[in-house]
Order: sequence, then structure tokens, then C-alpha cells
Amino acid sequence: MIKLAVVGLGKMGLSHHAMINAHPDVEVVGVCDSSNYVLGVLNKYTGVNTYTDFDAMLERVDLDAVLIATPSSSHAHMVRAALERDLHVFCEKPFTLSVQDAEALTALGRERGLVTQVGYHNRFVGAFHEVKALLDARAIGDVTHVLGEAYGPVVLKPKGGTWRSQRTEGGGCLYDYAAHVIDLLNWYVGEPVGVGGTVLNKVFSREIDDEVFSTLYFPEGKTGQLSVNWSDESYRKMTTRVTIWGTAGRIYADRQECQVYLRDTAPIPTGFQEGWNVRYTTELTEPVWFYLRGEEYSAQLDAFVQRIKAKRADGLNSFESATMTDKVIAMMIADAEKGASTSAGNAAIASKPARRRGRWRFRRGS
Amino acid sequence: MDRLLFGDNQFFGVNHMSEEKARAQQLRFQEIGAVIDVLDAAYDEGVHTFMCTTHDRISLVCDHVRAHPDRYADFKFYPGMPYAHKYANAVTENGMLGAVKRFLPDEGLMDAAIRGGRSMAKKDIEGITTLLIDAEMKMFQGLSTPVIFLQNIVVDLLLGLGFKDAFRIFADHVKSRYEAEPGFITMNMPALLDVLDELGIENPIVCSNINKIGFRMCGGIEAYEAALRERRFRAIAMSVYASGSIPPREAIEWVCAQPNIESIVFGASSKGNIHSTRELVSECWADMAPTPRQLPSEEGPSL
Repeated sequence: MIKLAVVGLGKMGLSHHAMINAHPDVEVVGVCDSSNYVLGVLNKYTGVNTYTDFDAMLERVDLDAVLIATPSSSHAHMVRAALERDLHVFCEKPFTLSVQDAEALTALGRERGLVTQVGYHNRFVGAFHEVKALLDARAIGDVTHVLGEAYGPVVLKPKGGTWRSQRTEGGGCLYDYAAHVIDLLNWYVGEPVGVGGTVLNKVFSREIDDEVFSTLYFPEGKTGQLSVNWSDESYRKMTTRVTIWGTAGRIYADRQECQVYLRDTAPIPTGFQEGWNVRYTTELTEPVWFYLRGEEYSAQLDAFVQRIKAKRADGLNSFESATMTDKVIAMMIADAEKGASTSAGNAAIASKPARRRGRWRFRRGS
Repeated sequence: MDRLLFGDNQFFGVNHMSEEKARAQQLRFQEIGAVIDVLDAAYDEGVHTFMCTTHDRISLVCDHVRAHPDRYADFKFYPGMPYAHKYANAVTENGMLGAVKRFLPDEGLMDAAIRGGRSMAKKDIEGITTLLIDAEMKMFQGLSTPVIFLQNIVVDLLLGLGFKDAFRIFADHVKSRYEAEPGFITMNMPALLDVLDELGIENPIVCSNINKIGFRMCGGIEAYEAALRERRFRAIAMSVYASGSIPPREAIEWVCAQPNIESIVFGASSKGNIHSTRELVSECWADMAPTPRQLPSEEGPSL
């Protein structure tokens, strides 16, 4: 039995707790949260041991692993404390708010041979996994461009108040929504060498971004675009999708399905055909031991458990790959602060052909 | 329970196969009249039970049914609560207190304040739970609700946490206050049955995915088959087509061949699909009445 503690009982923490508590190989020996009230109710009705002080809990309880789902700004401190006690760590996303922290913690985890994982659950979605398998098989030839999108109805009017509305605490659309998409793009085409044209716009929020747009530059001339908006009420819930263009075809995927167009120049994988192919979630999803809110949430926790049992430090969503995502987020923040790289004024000076086109149009109109 | 129950996912853009299809459904059912037309088609096919969430828009359906008692003499609602997004949105808009006030039952603030306040202070969830159930049931006042369900997101959260008392509180309140049978929707049927047994909730109504390909049947299809064979509970099968990935005849023949399934809940957006599902099920289940003679649809009231 793996003895584990759940830290943070917000939306994510509570559902992680329910899933991992149902896992046959795990015993939840403690939960930790700053709210005495929530802990009191949970202890009264489920009997679980509760703690309000994280460090005191680590001191007192015999543990193999921790699952950290606290506000993002506290991740670095807690992850470090856990690793220093040789505990395996599952941490919610985003991993940290500073690339330095992320790199140091990754090194520490590796040094101690511990299992580390960050909650980028999209990599456990059947349809997104299928995309990775197709790319690895070079099914669409050389990738030229990727488009990553996420839309949903989180902030629909001016408000504030929770940690999610403060950038310094890890709030905002970039950390919350866009991080998922960036992580998927990194998985598909590797680490970007740079970003440009990043826009972090407020729609309703006072302090943080509600929209994120950016261009990503990958090695070998591949490019990517990111379009994310969490103030879009036309979506019932968060909707993430990717489109990937290659020399031999195109892939589109969302949580429900993976649509693939393969040209006759493509090395057609087994089970696929030239032209359109569709794979649905019903055929792409592996069964899980317990279902709460989507197989991917259960599957990522099971992957963590299985890695601990097999003492396997490497695996999907390790601190290494989450650090890559933290780096891209940091690049985007820096890039957005620069504003437009080309302004209207210097464009007019630089572009003779544009003026010619203008005159021609004027003449035609007159 | 009727052998065929009509579900409501299609009305709210919930589609497990395709986001495009989900959006097309949202567009189509934007006007409540379009929802009522489909419900009428189901009713006229002899499908008299509507198993629905407590989405705000369902209250419009409730109003319509209340306003036409003759047309819907046998219409039964099986509410499933809570509609989780509603709570999340209300807390966002009105804050915690505002949301609680908005969902208060008609009988007034005093009772609610006493039940709720005492409950909060003692970290006793009974008061607050019954209060929320009453709030969810508000829209069904005066309508027939013989079975009341707890939605799978809550059932499975409580199941995972080991928060077992909540099931008993829900069951007791639904029985005593609404004279209804409690029902539980779950994606983890075998595990839930163990807990309901342990709590002494006898012969419970449990609705879960039951389909030929084992889609979202946690614990495995064998465990589900064993539970259907060996355990005492009233099973409702949902997702029998596994979101359209099993051909209708194959799906229905397999489900109807399983022992001890009392009802099937299905969703459809057209009269044709409702009719063909009904025909298929009555072919497989001998005890289902043949399709009633249909009323010309013009005779039904419209909004």
C-alpha cells in the first residue's frame, strides 16, 4: 500500500482525493488544508486524519507520497519540502511560477530518484494520446504548423476575490487554461526556441489576463499558434483542441474525437486509410478503476501509482516536461510586456509596395 | 418504473462523441418549444417518464406540463440533482450567500435559516443537504416525481471520499418529504452497490452505463454482469448505445438480454429515433406494451 497525503481541498484537491482514495493500492493517511471547517466535516463523516499545517503533517505522518493541489504560488515550497523527505510528488498544474524553482525541483527529484508528476491531464485523454502516436509514426509527414486552442466560460463579468484572480498567485487565463494547451504543443513538437506576438488581454478581469494569443517558434522552422479565451460563454465547459498540419496530412483533435486527413504521400498507419479517418473517444479510451469526471483524471493518478510501484522515475508529465511548460509561460509573459514588435508608424516608412497598392485602389475608385 | 425512460442530454448539448454534434443540438434546442415538441413525440409513443437534470431550462418544461394537465395526465418527472454547473455559476454571480438565497425553497427563510444555520454550526451536513434537495425540487412543485436521483458527479464524489452518510440522508429525505424512491446514478455501479448494502438501503434504484462494449462501466463489464445476475437492486441502463458507437439493434438486443434490468433510459432528438428505439425494445422485451395509436401531433398544445 502506498501511504499518501492530499494537500489542498479545493475543486481539484477534493476530486483527486475521491479518486485516489478509491485506488486499491493507495491508503490516504492524511489530508491537509487551511480551512478547518472543510477538514472538520471530512473528518467527521469519513474519518480521515486532517492537518492544517503542511510541515507539521510531514513531520508527524509516515508517508510515501503527497498529492499537492494548493494555489500555485505555494507549489514550490511544498514540493521542495516533500522531495527533501524523499516523498514521491504529484503536483497540480502549473508546476511553479518561476523557471528557477522548476529547474531546481526537477534536479532535486531526479537526484533522489523520486517519481514526480504534474497534473496535465490532457496527455491522458485518449484522443490527444492518439495524436501523439500518429505524430510518432510520422503519419502526416513533416509537421509544419500547430494550432492549439482552448475556450470556456470562467470569467464572464468583472469580479475578483480568489487567488485565481491574481497573477502573483498563479491566477489568470495563461496559468489556468493556456498552460494545458502549451503543454500539449510541447508534447507534440518539442520545446519552442522562442515566442512572439504574445497578447495577454483582460476582458473582464481587473488584474489578470482573460485572453492569451501567441506565436511559438519551434526548431526546424516549425511554428505554432495559441488562441485561448476563458471568457467565452458560448462554450458549456472548457474545450481544448489542436490542429496540426504536416506535409502529408492534417490532424484535428479534441477530447471527444481525433480526425485525420491523410494524403496519398503519407505512410498510412495500420487501420487508417487515405483521406478522412475519425477515431472517437469510445474506442480510444482505456477503462479506469474509478470514474469521477473523465477517464483522464483517473488515468493520470493511476500512472503515478504504477510508477511508484515500479520505482520508475521517468514517465509522462514528469517535472522535466512541466518545467518546459513553465519556461514557455515565462517567455510569453516577457514577450507580452514588449507590446507590438512593429508599429503602424514604422510600417508606413518601410513599405513601399503597400503605398503603391493604395494608389492603385484610389485610382480604381475614382 | 416504466421500461423506457426519456433522458435529456441531447437538449443541453451533451454529446460524448462529437463537439460539433453537441453544438448543433444546442442550436436546435435553443427554444424550449423545440424541446417540448420532442417530449410530445416521446409521450405519444408511450414514453411517459422524463428523466431530467435540474437545469434552469427544465423549469420551463415543468411550467408547460403544469399548464396542460389533460395533455400530460401520465407524465412523470424523474429529477436528477444537482445540475452542478448551476451551482458553480450561481456562486460566481451571486457569491455563496446570494446563491444559497436564490436556491431557497418557498416555505421561507426561517425554516431554511434554522436548518441551514444549525447544520453549518455543528458541521452536520444533514440540514444543509435537505435544504439543497428542497431547493432543487422547487421547480417540480405539483408535478409527479416518483423517483428522485442523485447525479453521478455527486454520487461518485461521495463514494470516492467514503462520505457514506450522505447517501442515507438523501434517501431518507426523498422518501419522507416527497414520498419518492431515491435513485443513484453512478459510473462505478459494483462499488456503489457495496456501499448502499452496507448502509441498509434496500433494493435501491441504480442507474449506470450498461452497454455491450463496456464503455464507462468502471469495475469492468464482468463485474456489472455479475451484479445484474446476483445482486438485489433495480437497475436502469443508460448509455446503451455507448454514444452511438454500437448499432441500435445490436445495442438493444444485448441490453435486453441482460438479467434484471428494469428500465432503459435513452435520449433522442427526433420522432423517428424515438419510435425506432421503442419498437426495438418492445421486440426484445415481451412485457412492453405495443406502441400506442398516435395522436396527430397538431392536437398537442404548443407554447
